Amino acid sequence: MSGAAVVMIVAVVLIVLALVYYLVSTILALRQITAGLDDVIAGVGEILEKTAPVGEVVNNINGNLDAGVDLLEGLLVKKAGLVDSMGLIEGLYPGAAAAGLRNFPESTEIEAPRIAEVYTKGTLTLARLGREAPIAAANPAGPVLRNAAGGSLAARRLYPDIRQSKPELMPRSPVIGTDAPEQYEQRDDIGKPRKRMPAR
Amino acid sequence: MTLWWIGDVVLLVVILPVVILLLHRVLSAARSIVPSVRSIAATAAAGSKDLDAVPLLLTTQEQVAQTVAGVADYGGSLDVIVDDAS
Repeated sequence: MSGAAVVMIVAVVLIVLALVYYLVSTILALRQITAGLDDVIAGVGEILEKTAPVGEVVNNINGNLDAGVDLLEGLLVKKAGLVDSMGLIEGLYPGAAAAGLRNFPESTEIEAPRIAEVYTKGTLTLARLGREAPIAAANPAGPVLRNAAGGSLAARRLYPDIRQSKPELMPRSPVIGTDAPEQYEQRDDIGKPRKRMPAR
Repeated sequence: MTLWWIGDVVLLVVILPVVILLLHRVLSAARSIVPSVRSIAATAAAGSKDLDAVPLLLTTQEQVAQTVAGVADYGGSLDVIVDDAS
């Protein structure tokens, strides 16, 4: 066998060895990929299984909530009127009236009345005395006049002077009843016909 | 004989390096896919775990239905009690 033939054989063997090494390595890598894809498929399968009822449930929830919104909007507009409804909404949630009511598209064109800022003088007085805590907490006219938790002087000043100056010897209220300390004789004419006065 | 030697040289200098280069590129591409597949598998597992709370939607659905039913009852009562604006 000539030297050239031996070299040829060696070259072919080298090529075959390279092919074997790289192809086996590639096969191992592809097996790892296959195993990873199996994990992916399992995870995606779980996701599909868990999300299967979501659409139906969410649609059901949205349907119920839509019915609730329709009910509340309709009731509010029916009871307060559309204009005052927008005023109430604006008073409770400033800026919300601009969005309007879903079932009343014309509500977006209404200029909401400032219902939340309109109080009578009596309401403001009570509020500043602390008797209406939610109003007194945000009274624009000034601080509350009375400490609702401890003070009572401002409230007592609303009553006549004889009551607020606390006199020491005020007549006690009479005690009535069968066991009252002071008993009176029973009149005989009680229950009888009324006496007629002599005619003039 | 000269052709034999020329064939040997071509085989060793040209064909063998080209074969090795091509096989190396195939192996590199296959190996580069492995970490991507592993990260996708981890992400799918995490996404599946995040969806463990989905069955609670059934409870939410029931609660919403009950709440809306209560609101409807209150609304009906208010409709009777409170006078209409018009």
